[in-house]
Amino acid sequence: MTISISVNGEGHEVEADPDTPLLYVLRDDLELNGAKYGCGLGQCGACTVHVDGMPVFSCLTPVGLLEGRKVRTIEGLGTAEKPNVVQKAFQDEQAAQCGYCIAGMIMRAQALLDRNPSPTEEQIRVHMQPNLCRCGTHARILRAVHRASLELSLASVTGGAQ
Amino acid sequence: MKLSKRHLAIGAAFVSAMIVTGIGIAAWIVYEPALPEIARPSPSSFDRGLVAKGEQLATVGDCIVCHTAPNGAPFAGARALPTPFGTLFSNNITPDEKTGIGAWSLAAFSRAMRQGVGRDGSHLYPALPYEHFTHVSDDDLKAIYAFLMTRQPVSQQAPENQLLPGLGFRPLLAGWKLLFLRQTAFEPQANESAEWNRGKYLVDGLAHCGGCHTPRNLGGGEEKGREFAGGVAEGWNAPALDTTNPSAATWNADSLFAYLKTGSNREHSAAGGPMGPVAEGLSRLNDADVRAIAVYVASRMHPSRDGAPAAVAAEAGIDNRSAAAAAHPEADLLFEGACSGCHAPSAPMNVNGRPLLSSTSDLKADDPRNAVQTLLRGIEPPGEKGPYMPSFSNTVTDRQLAELLAYARARFTNKPAWPDLEAAVGDIRKENAE
Repeated sequence: MTISISVNGEGHEVEADPDTPLLYVLRDDLELNGAKYGCGLGQCGACTVHVDGMPVFSCLTPVGLLEGRKVRTIEGLGTAEKPNVVQKAFQDEQAAQCGYCIAGMIMRAQALLDRNPSPTEEQIRVHMQPNLCRCGTHARILRAVHRASLELSLASVTGGAQ
Repeated sequence: MKLSKRHLAIGAAFVSAMIVTGIGIAAWIVYEPALPEIARPSPSSFDRGLVAKGEQLATVGDCIVCHTAPNGAPFAGARALPTPFGTLFSNNITPDEKTGIGAWSLAAFSRAMRQGVGRDGSHLYPALPYEHFTHVSDDDLKAIYAFLMTRQPVSQQAPENQLLPGLGFRPLLAGWKLLFLRQTAFEPQANESAEWNRGKYLVDGLAHCGGCHTPRNLGGGEEKGREFAGGVAEGWNAPALDTTNPSAATWNADSLFAYLKTGSNREHSAAGGPMGPVAEGLSRLNDADVRAIAVYVASRMHPSRDGAPAAVAAEAGIDNRSAAAAAHPEADLLFEGACSGCHAPSAPMNVNGRPLLSSTSDLKADDPRNAVQTLLRGIEPPGEKGPYMPSFSNTVTDRQLAELLAYARARFTNKPAWPDLEAAVGDIRKENAE
């Protein structure tokens, strides 16, 4: 059947069963390959995207749930040429080892910083907990979230962009 | 009779005397002396066997859960404890002399445990379940003291409590104790086995199961005569541990033992909410004590001791898929996409021995609260491993969640539909956000 979903501000009509995971629709139909398939059971977070501004596991989100709701993926943040603040911070801290988890990590961090640009260490740790990195760059990932938070606070003081 | 000045004077004097006497009695009830500070005893002054015994007893009491902040040092306190009366922060019970209990004598420690009075004489809030600890024996208190005094001292002051106006005035707690604290030693029952008595001693005392599983009155005291009739803890229902438990017929000492020891039992479900850390603690307790607890609780559920469940076999494996799908066609598809990867009867979770949805007590309960909370909050593995379920709070709307639950109840149980489910979901979601 035809399902309409809104991704990164654009409406799409896709041919899919309503029980199809959003992740498959993003990757196979819309060619948005940032979100990754990790465990398929909501245990690793590699597939994290936003629905209505909140982080969800797209592998456990049937596309039939999304009528009238807004999906945002990492492709909706910045581009390779012009990364957004969070993406830039992950680059600057060299937070990726193999990189498989990073799109999910960035989307989870973005969801926190959108609501709270200056989280405490504790708030960052609790918020990032559902996402796993098997290479073990968690320390760099936490630094990247801190860096992004500093950039955002600075920008809000100086009235800078983003 | 005409009131003369003399009458008025006598009356006033009488009233004054009553007030003074009242204040005197109140002061006598409230007053507790400070006990002298001691130099922190050297860890080597404690017998190692006693420390080891204390470790097991502190595990029964699960002291570490409330007395450790998230990601904080063990036993150093400062964990926020939300109550209907405001937020309390747990005390540091490491042997630090300034911020912990390093300067506390055994007498001061025992008084705190049994009477809820700090070393300095101030009354402690009943978030410390002293109405249970009052039943703990002298020897056991001594062992727990030895265990705590040999921990690493950590300097950490708990934040100020944030209570409703007036409740920060600790002398009021003396009145609370007068109403609700019954200081009685544990009395073994001669007609019961040693194992049963051990279980009752642990359950009523250190394990303080009634703290959550007994309903509380408006004053925050556990209701007398309704022990284990079921209560509420941190937004979750703590099910009844007596004959009124809707799944009582399917619990026995063996299944309770497995559930308490591993946090999950095939005939029931995984420990969710505040029960997760309890089961995690009990996983480190010796088998004999866990079994004693299970034996005692089973006897509360089956007073006639005919505990062998026959209903389990009949109930496990219910799968009314076609009827449920006909009633909730949208949810049937959503279940397939969101839930069946783990919860389909053919999914790896079932194959690996985890409970089927048709076995879970929460889906069979009269009140949907725990089922709703499981979907909204997920199940956190309490330690490094354990049962896990992701939260679906951001994934589904209230209506979708209600539909999914209505479908799951229709498909995996033979119970009637829950009424007003969507409103209940909305209410619980609001509570969680507070």
